[in-house]
Amino acid sequence: MSTLAVLPVLLPLAAAAASTLLYRSLRAQRVIGVVATSSLVAVSLMLFLRVWDEGIVVVRMGDWPSPIGISFVVDLFGAIMVVLASITGAATALYSVRGIDKERQSFLYFPLLHVLLMGVCGAFLTGDIFNLYVWFEVLLMSSFVLLALGNERKQLEGAIKYVTLNLMSSALFLTAIGILYGTFGTLDMADLSRRLASTERTGVVTTLSMLFLVAFGIKAAIFPLFFWLPASYHTPPFAVSAIFAGLLTKVGVYAIIRVFTLMFPIDPGFTRPLLLFLAAMTMLTGVLGAAAQHEFRRVLSFHIVSQIGYMLLGLALATPLALAGSVFYIMHHIVVKANLFFIAGLADRIRGTSDLRSPGRVSVYARAPLIALVFFIPAMSLAGIPPLSGFFAKLVLVRAGLEIGEWAVVTVALLVSILTLYSMTKIWAEAFWKGPDRNEDEPESVERVPPTMVLPVAVLALITVVVGFLAGPLFGVATRAADQLLDREAYAEAVLGPERGSRP
Amino acid sequence: MQVLIAIIIGGIFACAIYMILRRSIVKLIMGLALLGHAANLLIFSAGGLFRARPALVAPGETAPLAPAADPLPQALILTAIVISFGVIAFMMVLVSRASEAVGNDDTDLFTATDQ
Repeated sequence: MSTLAVLPVLLPLAAAAASTLLYRSLRAQRVIGVVATSSLVAVSLMLFLRVWDEGIVVVRMGDWPSPIGISFVVDLFGAIMVVLASITGAATALYSVRGIDKERQSFLYFPLLHVLLMGVCGAFLTGDIFNLYVWFEVLLMSSFVLLALGNERKQLEGAIKYVTLNLMSSALFLTAIGILYGTFGTLDMADLSRRLASTERTGVVTTLSMLFLVAFGIKAAIFPLFFWLPASYHTPPFAVSAIFAGLLTKVGVYAIIRVFTLMFPIDPGFTRPLLLFLAAMTMLTGVLGAAAQHEFRRVLSFHIVSQIGYMLLGLALATPLALAGSVFYIMHHIVVKANLFFIAGLADRIRGTSDLRSPGRVSVYARAPLIALVFFIPAMSLAGIPPLSGFFAKLVLVRAGLEIGEWAVVTVALLVSILTLYSMTKIWAEAFWKGPDRNEDEPESVERVPPTMVLPVAVLALITVVVGFLAGPLFGVATRAADQLLDREAYAEAVLGPERGSRP
Repeated sequence: MQVLIAIIIGGIFACAIYMILRRSIVKLIMGLALLGHAANLLIFSAGGLFRARPALVAPGETAPLAPAADPLPQALILTAIVISFGVIAFMMVLVSRASEAVGNDDTDLFTATDQ
């Protein structure tokens, strides 16, 4: 019995409860927010090391034997995702101390943040498909409130679009679970993996896999289903945007990868061409959408879509190398994307606007050159310039694609990378470099950027650089996670024990 | 019985999608509520449809008598109903606030996020 695997859920829950009780004291809520999320980082690193040493960790709730009870199953991929989630969470909590106004903080901003983290961690850890649905709802519910908190017109409209499409996705997910249970009589993912592997009802299996693809595809914002994302992610405060951008779509990607490795392995005749097409279209539409935008966060939002395409590409190619590339891409992407949204917030404070067409009140480069330079690291990493993390992530995916001769999609991936560079240089030139024409009223009071907002940005940029320089060892981690993902029987055996004769 | 339930579920799904696609934002809520009901009914029927066969274990037996509905989907629905209740309640407040802010209930006018 390992409580360590449950702590990433319990800790945010306790923090949410404590900060709700202390709703009168914003100071206490802030302290709890930063302390709890930082200790979550420590806990998740311990969990990761444990999984690294001992292999898949299984915790059975209430000690019910496995296909009957609900279990948490932590494999390397899940553990990596929890570590990334906790890092993003800690950065967001610190950034929010000054980045979120008092009004919002006094309306339970911090408890909602903890609940969001709890839902995200739960989704990464659970080994039961219905339980996954419940964690999805937990994180969605708090994300709905976080998105609408503040009651600005833009936020409310964005929230309606976001809520509607996510509820539809949840309904589809629930439908798929209903059919799955009606057909195979179990909800445990390990048990499902065995039963689906030996079933002859391939028609039902294909239908189910497509239902799951659409349900998770909406959440992950893949090609024809992404419209809610650029319509909502630029409306809330920057800290909220950042944690959404870093984590929420990646929960969808995680679910797609989990389901399409464990339950419906990629079929080279049907799912591979389909997923490859979706991946290519996701990359292309995302990056082209970004090229047409003139609002800082809308550009970044469209880039989330285009980056999701790369993660999907690794899954679609389905070789061990490609899947490792996907895992590595997620590791790099979460940190970079959250950081870009944080920096967008800093730039907005200095310039007074997020519109790239307007010169703003002062040039960021003139006022705070360090912040402008720190933007350069994640931006260039996103475009894939060596030696930053994004270069290695893309390199691996391109190599994996060339290995099995998928020329078309590799061409698209490289083209999209160039267009990403175009968008990033556009932001750099318009938002950081340019300023108002004449600087005669220069000493006008420009808000000072508080250090608690700069620190998370600096730390995340540092992580990006470190990931770039430690690409070898970290890619080793991703490779092992991918090998574990592809070995369905090892997962099933860790949960259910060695395969016996078929049960009724 | 199964055919009837299947047709009903399909019908509710169709109504839900139709309502969601209408321009009035109040119908959007109704559509989402119906969508949840359709999914719940589908899970309910996944457990098997048997009239007057409670899933009780008779004394001395270890399992319910043979044709009995599986109780697990019913437990799942209970969870799903509670969740969708909360979400719909939130949605109603959100819609009321948003239509106040926009001054209209026509979703075609909800364009502030596109600028």
